[in-house]
Amino acid sequence: MTINTKKVMKNAWRITKDRNLTCLRLRVPGGHLPVKLLPLIQEIAERFGNGEVHLTTRQGFEIPAIPFEHMKEINVLLVPFLEELEVNIGVLLEQPAQGYPAAGTRNVVACIGNKVCTNAVFDTTALAKDIEKIIYPNNPHVKIAVTGCPNDCVKVHMHDIGIIGQVEPLYDAQRCINCQACVKNCAKVSTGALSIVNYKVKRDASRCIGCGECVLKCPTGAWTRGGQYYRVVVMGRTGKKNPRLAAPFLEWAEREAVLRLCNNLYDYIDKHIDCSLPKEHVGYILDRTGYPVFREEMLKGVELGPKAKTANYLDFAGYTYDKKCLFD
Amino acid sequence: MGYRFTAAAFNQLLESLREKYRVYAPTLLKGKGKFSDTDLVGYAEISKIEDVVFNQKSYFSPKETFYPVTQRLFYFNENGFSESVVDEKGMIVFLRACDIQAVERLDKIMLENGPSADYYYERLRNKLKMIVMDCQESFDSCFCVSMGTNKTENYSASVRLENGVYLSDVKEDIEGLFAFHGETIEVSPKFVESNKQSVKVPENLVLESVAANPIWEEYGSRCIACGRCTVVCPSCSCYTMQDIFYDDNPKCGERRRVWASCQIDGFTDMAGGHSFRRNNGERMRFKVMHKIKDFKQRFGVHMCVGCGRCDNACPEYISLAHCIDRLGKEEAENRG
Ligand code: HEM
Ligand code: SF4
Ligand code: SF4
Ligand code: SF4
Ligand code: SF4
Ligand code: SF4
Repeated sequence: MTINTKKVMKNAWRITKDRNLTCLRLRVPGGHLPVKLLPLIQEIAERFGNGEVHLTTRQGFEIPAIPFEHMKEINVLLVPFLEELEVNIGVLLEQPAQGYPAAGTRNVVACIGNKVCTNAVFDTTALAKDIEKIIYPNNPHVKIAVTGCPNDCVKVHMHDIGIIGQVEPLYDAQRCINCQACVKNCAKVSTGALSIVNYKVKRDASRCIGCGECVLKCPTGAWTRGGQYYRVVVMGRTGKKNPRLAAPFLEWAEREAVLRLCNNLYDYIDKHIDCSLPKEHVGYILDRTGYPVFREEMLKGVELGPKAKTANYLDFAGYTYDKKCLFD
Repeated sequence: MGYRFTAAAFNQLLESLREKYRVYAPTLLKGKGKFSDTDLVGYAEISKIEDVVFNQKSYFSPKETFYPVTQRLFYFNENGFSESVVDEKGMIVFLRACDIQAVERLDKIMLENGPSADYYYERLRNKLKMIVMDCQESFDSCFCVSMGTNKTENYSASVRLENGVYLSDVKEDIEGLFAFHGETIEVSPKFVESNKQSVKVPENLVLESVAANPIWEEYGSRCIACGRCTVVCPSCSCYTMQDIFYDDNPKCGERRRVWASCQIDGFTDMAGGHSFRRNNGERMRFKVMHKIKDFKQRFGVHMCVGCGRCDNACPEYISLAHCIDRLGKEEAENRG
């Protein structure tokens, strides 16, 4: 058997531990799927695979145990899937009948967001789809995730770019009855940004993280939702060398700025990637170029908006696996 | 006298009314819901009849228009005080039959309870004219029919939207403007005769046995004492006072009056740190007794008007309607 593994993998088919079998990877941007596409997954798994499907950590499907010879035929069957989930949201696919054109840039994941969750500050799937439109298809290994509030249920802190919803709470002192529910709750579950002065509430904007808890707790509607913004954390990762949580890069950034940023990431990678390696993960590129270069290139042409703030340094928390340091 | 208005004619009526009145109605407040990308039906000043939401019940009640959440009563300094000034304009408020009954309940406690009327309430209340919005059908949580509050005669005018035109029954025209802008036609307001739920209202609750009822323990374990049920209620009247001494010059300041709630911490705090009703179940019992027993004992009508707003607002899905019904059915059973 002869196959070009690089081409196969780029086409979203896996090399697996069984020499004759591959595994199909399907992406679901924003993690929300119209169920009318489920029968297609079932059909492929039953006709070509072993009747099973794996739900991936990146909110995609992997259909295992498919003989390599069916790849072409299945790519044609996938057209409705690609049409619905990629073409319809604005992704440019030149030849949808040939399957996925790239696999390096991973599926954009999102928590369920304000479709269901009471905490969510915005529609996470909608933003994930807009990001997909900008970054896909692309080969560099990039992971982006979107979460509705600072609870970060989708773990954007393990991503190259993690986007966290923020809402600016607006206060109408006239409606406030000094019940202190907001003050107590902000201190308990969030950052203690609120205090009572003369029976009314003061918000310390420098502490507020825009979680919206005060709005949720206020019985009178004294707190309401103002503009939607985003906190962007960057260069979190797992991996065998130095797993770390993504560090805050921007806060109170506007939607357009976030989209522009995702676009700029690819220029930055392009410019600085070490081509001698089979692939280089963007976090390690940052380790080489340093933060000032990263910041300058990420923010090129980005209108941050009047409220946005940029981090002075990247405050990573992580560790190295190197046992010599840790255990010897 | 009845009148018919096209939208354009009603808007001209509003324009004329607005010369001397602020007109408040339930409107769709975009993005003002508690969850992101949700709206809220709440009271706001209107200039167009199209802004009035007829097909939903407002989340907050109309009482905030004439009994503000925060009201400055007077300002003081070391030499004396000066009273706050109220807006010269009158107020016209669109509201439902049950809401008008609730205004009558507020009047009882604020104007008729005790030797003198509440001056600060009265000076705004005297400016109020009510336009009743017909209820062509009942909303999910309403139980006004059980409370006997589904109808009213106490309004300046009624209004309903029917086949693209607005129909008003006018009892007391406001400066003759309804007659001037409308076209004469026979109109009688529509009120619901039944709700989706009916509630058995207890007739003669006995405090001692109610206090011993185990249901308060259950409610106490569910209620989080947030006070939403009382702040959305059209008939809750409780307030507290706040004296503010200005930071830059503590010899000057102001006295405000602000809504309060028997469900929220601090309501029963007294000198010496003593506090009644620390437990949420006891607070719920007190509220229920106020709504369907104590008030009636004093004024002859129940305080609760069955608008159902407290049911809609409770984050713990506690239903006052269900609670009243439970008490009513238990009472009937006990009587055999
Ligand atoms: C343990 C001792 C005390 C108890 C149990 C007590 C209890 C109460 C109660 C039940 C009320 C009615 C609250 C209400 O209607 O909202 C009240 C009001 C009041 N008490 Fe006391 N009290 C105590 C001590 C005092 C003292 C020492 C003073 C003054 C030096 C005082 C001054 C007042 C005043 C001025 C009010 C009226 C406040 C208002 O209308 O808002 N009390 N007290
Ligand atoms: S948005 Fe969150 S952090 Fe900011 S004041 Fe409200 S509760 Fe506190
Ligand atoms: S929760 Fe609302 S009413 Fe209570 S203190 Fe805070 S702002 Fe005021
Ligand atoms: S139903 Fe609830 S909100 Fe409405 S009047 Fe009764 S207690 Fe108040
Ligand atoms: S005591 Fe409670 S239930 Fe009664 S009017 Fe006051 S806030 Fe409303
Ligand atoms: S709204 Fe519900 S939880 Fe809140 S105080 Fe009222 S009954 Fe309790």
